[in-house]
Amino acid sequence: MVAETFHFTVDGIEIEASEGQSVIQACDDAGIYIPRLCYHPDLEPSGTCRVCTCKISGRNSAACVTPAAHGMVIENDTPLLTADRRRLIEMLFVEGNHPCPYCVASGDCELQALGYRLGMVAPTQPYQWPNRKIDASHPDIYLDRDRCILCARCIDASRMEDGKTVFGFEGRGIAMRLNVDAAGGLGDTQMAAIDKAASVCPVACIVIKRESYQVPNGERRFDKTPIGSDIEARRAGRKP
Amino acid sequence: MTATRKPAVDGVIQEFGANKTRLMDIVMAVQQRFGHIDDDAMQTMATGLGMHRVEIEDMVSFYAFFDRRPRGRNRIRLSKTPVSFMKGAKAVAQAFEQVLGIRIGETSADGAFTLQWTSDIGLADQEPAALVNGMVLTELTPADAPLIVAALRQPGNTGDLPPYPPHAAEAARLPKSTTRSSLIQTGPLLSGPLVRAAGIKAALTLTPEAVIEEITSSKLRGRGGAGFPTGMKWRLTRKATGADHYIACNADEGEPGTFKDRVLLSEFPDLVFDGMTVAGYALGARNGLLYLRGEYAYMWDDLQRVLDDRRAHGLLGAGVCGKDGFDFDIRIQLGAGAYICGEESSLLESLEGKRGSPRDRPPFPTERGYLGQPTAIDNVETLVCAARIIEKGAAWFAGFGTKQSTGTKLMCVSGDCQRPGVYETPFGITINALLDLVGAPDAQYVQFSGPSGQAVAPKDFGRQIAYEDLSTGGSTMIFGPQRDVLDIALQLADFFVDESCGWCAPCRVGTTLLKQGMEKIVAGRATLADVAATEDLANTVARMSRCGLGQTAPNPILTTMRNFPELYEARLAPTAFEPLVSLHDALREAVEIQGREPMPREA
Repeated sequence: MVAETFHFTVDGIEIEASEGQSVIQACDDAGIYIPRLCYHPDLEPSGTCRVCTCKISGRNSAACVTPAAHGMVIENDTPLLTADRRRLIEMLFVEGNHPCPYCVASGDCELQALGYRLGMVAPTQPYQWPNRKIDASHPDIYLDRDRCILCARCIDASRMEDGKTVFGFEGRGIAMRLNVDAAGGLGDTQMAAIDKAASVCPVACIVIKRESYQVPNGERRFDKTPIGSDIEARRAGRKP
Repeated sequence: MTATRKPAVDGVIQEFGANKTRLMDIVMAVQQRFGHIDDDAMQTMATGLGMHRVEIEDMVSFYAFFDRRPRGRNRIRLSKTPVSFMKGAKAVAQAFEQVLGIRIGETSADGAFTLQWTSDIGLADQEPAALVNGMVLTELTPADAPLIVAALRQPGNTGDLPPYPPHAAEAARLPKSTTRSSLIQTGPLLSGPLVRAAGIKAALTLTPEAVIEEITSSKLRGRGGAGFPTGMKWRLTRKATGADHYIACNADEGEPGTFKDRVLLSEFPDLVFDGMTVAGYALGARNGLLYLRGEYAYMWDDLQRVLDDRRAHGLLGAGVCGKDGFDFDIRIQLGAGAYICGEESSLLESLEGKRGSPRDRPPFPTERGYLGQPTAIDNVETLVCAARIIEKGAAWFAGFGTKQSTGTKLMCVSGDCQRPGVYETPFGITINALLDLVGAPDAQYVQFSGPSGQAVAPKDFGRQIAYEDLSTGGSTMIFGPQRDVLDIALQLADFFVDESCGWCAPCRVGTTLLKQGMEKIVAGRATLADVAATEDLANTVARMSRCGLGQTAPNPILTTMRNFPELYEARLAPTAFEPLVSLHDALREAVEIQGREPMPREA
């Protein structure tokens, strides 16, 4: 059965979409990059970061949780949205503790890569210097909550993909933290290094032990090309 | 957890049928039994409910009224709002601190008391107010503190935890436990004769479709402030397919400065339940849910008595009012301290026993609401209007107010005025007229529709209270010429820091950054560039946040910037750059430890 297709426009470009797709899925397929952070193509969208917010038919909505519909008029790449997205990235930088120069994920980090792509030179907001717990209780994985941006990817991956529910949130507001399913820490949970939840972290909160720095700085994903290039290549490839 | 506790926790779980959607009640009952929810209790609940411990903790840690660590047997929660501060809440807090020998946020060494601030408790007309073990005390003075503590320390009050929800008999033993009626002026909605079930009986002579038609033609709109047409909401819910349909009454009246739902639920509970029953009939619902904010737990007993009485009189249960096939009952769900749960999709999450984080829409609750079924969520006042409309007719109702805003509105007035309280006024009256009514001739400004609303300056006092002009949920906080506008904006910014649910980044982080920006401004240390940056940030938070809380959280800052630019200008630092933290503040801790100020720099 072929799903019904329809069209909408993003920044004036017509895009074909099929029934059941979200705006971000349809745009990804069409090679239009909408900056995003918490969204992961294999997982249910949680809508926590709001970076993919677009002006959709006159209203700001997150593209990851908005179903595509015929005739939508979407603004994505505008100076105002870019400024708003840059401020969101800044907020996430100052909320946690992100020491890019020596971070294991530098060059492979979606937060850092978005900062570059959106033109963030340095945060203009005050650092919050939160005191967050590191969890090294697991033999193969450590949790460095300093880097956590509360995207909820690992929560969903563990519940839906791994069938384990290792992760959850704790607290509310600015005090919200990533929590694990055991009072004794990650080592007391069912977590394994091969879990989907271990591989979806956009930053370096969930890190596999003994595998760090195998790819040298300068040779990593976003050292070579900006984040989103892979998606944009689809458009270039399809319509030369 | 001692071995003796596990059976008790298991017993609570069984009491609620091991139903995880009743987790709010289960956690509340366990906390009532043991004072807090410890790790073992969470593990027992997880096992008993087929959940993970992390899911239980996710929910428990979200609500302000749930504790994971032991706290005092007696909980004193002082209302923290701009109005309570104006009326002397800080002095009352100091008096409690002195009597108890602890600071705000601490628990006394004997484990008898915990003293805390809490967000607005719905008594803005009788501040300073407090919740003591869930019981409400009003118009407190510093002299009351020792008397209240002494009453709580009386023999018989040691060891055992006080009952929760609290009983009226307990409250009567405490000083200042009488609340004044807040209702100052009634209009057509609340003027007699008010006959119980009149709306239901009128509804049952009509088809459900005709009831919805009547509501639609009355042009009733939601009284929570958003103003969605009630008739349309009911029609969408009724026609949505689902195994069950629900009517949820939103009594999570958390907007600071609002207290009309407290008045309706305490003085007109039958009208509220009539409205829910009329809605139940119109929607084809068998169940109504009243989500009662945790701060109103002291109404629990009375409301349950009213429900029992209605069951006894055939107004609830099988065949309501003798109507075959119309089976309807109402359950009250008690909240646990979270402003966000007034947002309708968060309210649904909380009703289902989860953390109160908003849902993304679509789907809307009218299609997929409580337990995934079509649900209409209406404000308490909206449902009271609905009951009266069906009783007296759409034309009667539409005869009041303006063309687009029919009927009357319950305005909750507090702050610098002679007669604070609830006023039923027709839509269309001006702010000036309301200020005359309540005795506030020299208002500097009005915080209209609560912190999420706007700061209205005198130049706009001629505007109308109506959906088409100044829309409101009812909160009207009046500030006289002696008040510091910027400091109040800072207090309201702080409120949103406390109440942000944390789910989305712009609101979670942005509310804190906005508060810090306002602190710098209020301290007179902000440059022009700092003020501009705070304004930019405020607009980003408003544009990018997921739900109404984050979208409106910057309003106190943005609307005071717009209406009182001269006050911001007067606070500007004369320099081109000021660091966020002053040297003096940065060294404060060291100065305290060393007991001396740093050496002044040599000239």
